[in-house]
Amino acid sequence: MRRTWWAVGVAVLVLLGCMTAGLLVGAAGLAPGSVLSALLDRLPFVSLDSGLLPVEQGVLFELRVPRVLLAALVGGLLAIAGAGYQGVFRNPLADPYLLGAAAGAGLTVTLVIVVVGDSGVVPVAAFVGAVGGVFLAYALGSSAGRGGGTATLVLAGVAVTSFLTAIQTFVQQLKVEELQRVYSWILGDVGGGWPQLLMIAPYALVSVMVMLAHGRLLDVLAVGDDEATSLGLRARRVRFFVLLAASLATASAVAVSGLIAFVGIVVPHVVRRLAGWSYRIVLPLSLLGGAAFLVVADLVARTVLAPAELPIGVVTAFVGAPFFVLVLRLTKRVDA
Amino acid sequence: MIEVRGLGVSLGGRPVLREVGVTVAAGSWLAVIGPNGAGKSTLLKAMIGLLPHEGSVLVGGGEVRRMKPRERARLIAYAPQNPVLPADMTVADYAILGRTPYIPYLARESAHDREVTRSVLSRLDLTEFSERPLGHLSGGERQRVVLARALTQQAPVLLLDEPTTALDLGHQQQVLELVDRLRLDDTLTVVTTLHDLSLAGQYADTLLLLSQGHAAASGPPQNVLTKPLLTRHFDAHVQVTPDDYGRPVIHLIRPGE
Ligand SMILES: Nc1ncnc2c1ncn2[C@@H]1O[C@H](COP(=O)(O)OP(=O)(O)OP(=O)(O)O)[C@@H](O)[C@H]1O
Ligand SMILES: [Mg+2]
Repeated sequence: MRRTWWAVGVAVLVLLGCMTAGLLVGAAGLAPGSVLSALLDRLPFVSLDSGLLPVEQGVLFELRVPRVLLAALVGGLLAIAGAGYQGVFRNPLADPYLLGAAAGAGLTVTLVIVVVGDSGVVPVAAFVGAVGGVFLAYALGSSAGRGGGTATLVLAGVAVTSFLTAIQTFVQQLKVEELQRVYSWILGDVGGGWPQLLMIAPYALVSVMVMLAHGRLLDVLAVGDDEATSLGLRARRVRFFVLLAASLATASAVAVSGLIAFVGIVVPHVVRRLAGWSYRIVLPLSLLGGAAFLVVADLVARTVLAPAELPIGVVTAFVGAPFFVLVLRLTKRVDA
Repeated sequence: MIEVRGLGVSLGGRPVLREVGVTVAAGSWLAVIGPNGAGKSTLLKAMIGLLPHEGSVLVGGGEVRRMKPRERARLIAYAPQNPVLPADMTVADYAILGRTPYIPYLARESAHDREVTRSVLSRLDLTEFSERPLGHLSGGERQRVVLARALTQQAPVLLLDEPTTALDLGHQQQVLELVDRLRLDDTLTVVTTLHDLSLAGQYADTLLLLSQGHAAASGPPQNVLTKPLLTRHFDAHVQVTPDDYGRPVIHLIRPGE
């Protein structure tokens, strides 16, 4: 118990450090000292003169702050959703896009871009598509599998994903000149600003609370459905709630950021290597670690080729993969 | 305490149990014996309501199928033949899972739950293992850990599927003695499947011999552990001799001797 709080404390500090770095560095070249004073000035009972021009204040508070917050939120959501899926499926290879969330969102967003041509509704379309994809997979999986087995659900997710992706590819081919827009949406972007941040905040809050509350029950589920049932757990109900929450989190993240890969699968694994198997610790640490990871990835994406920006989805894989290998090597142990 | 009537179970479209009936009085010990594939494990699973079945299973007067899961888990503890043991989970964390039916849905374990777990672990000689991951245990140690989880459940009915298969001689005796002592102290009702027929005869009040899904014989050990029954249903060459207390002891005889 004490270890949990300790680990969470460390993770919060790491996240705050990453966010501070994300706020201090950027293309506009604001002086770090002034940025810090401008930020501290916003705290209650603190009054500092940052010396920033109104335009620079605007860059900081309308661009950089919401961007860092959105990166943190999206990263946290994807990572905790990945951890939730892994618990539900008792499978370390599960990721937030396993049940068709990505393919569903990909399809609706492509439709919107190709048919409607209006980018303003892309977030809503992505959210609806992601939820729809998961719903389709869930409906299919529970009607085909007896007893709510998870294997059928995963297969249904695979089927739904390839089916929706096929349609998406077809729609995309109808209007090749929009390919670039579709593609850049897929590769991810966390520059949506305050409106998008506020749009997903309620869903994010609810889904995270639900998942964190189910940590102990996911641990019970680890001994298998039969035994969990004999221990008095309604295994199907627990799975349903966690799936629902994880899917909501995924849909929220996808709505404002595209299909950022890698965070949802790698972060929970790194956490597990460092802090143990229990979902009571894996879930909160994935939330914090995913947030920190995506803030850093975004920082890299904005600065490496500045003033040009790399797509954040490219950076997550580029930074994430070597980091993952490093963690695997440093925490080498015998796999059971 | 347990009353099974006309129990029928089909798995994969095949009948596995047919018309099985058995009654276990409160505080007594039933050993289910029978050859591989006879349906012993299936019977235990049906007894805790894990399998859809025909007929009825009453435990403590209530139909198991109709009980709420938590209520049922406080009444019946079950240790499966092939438990799932997550390799990274520690022994203490695993054993405390037995407290699940006492913890409200979104709450956490209480100090009392941890105290119960500690005392069960010490009763099973597992205190020194409590921080070990399950993946680092021997077969027999694992079996005791699974038993520990069932005991932390503090249920009046204990269903143990092959609780002694991987245990050495001393631990077999120790575990069965412990179960027997708990049974007498706390009036537990115990149902075990056992492959060691002599042990079954020593500890159980009643034996149920299952063969190809139906009850071939049941009753006190000396009525069930007989040479004709064992020869017929196990297809084995045996000799049955009474021990000093009149309990049957089974010896395997090489064919032709
Ligand atoms: N899920 C299943 N689907 C179909 N058949 C099954 C299933 N589970 C078990 N069986 C079959 O049911 C029969 C009874 O199995 P059960 O596990 O109850 O045997 P058992 O008496 O416990 O055997 P053992 O002594 O080997 O443990 C076996 O023939 C087995 O093949
Ligand atoms: Mg069996």
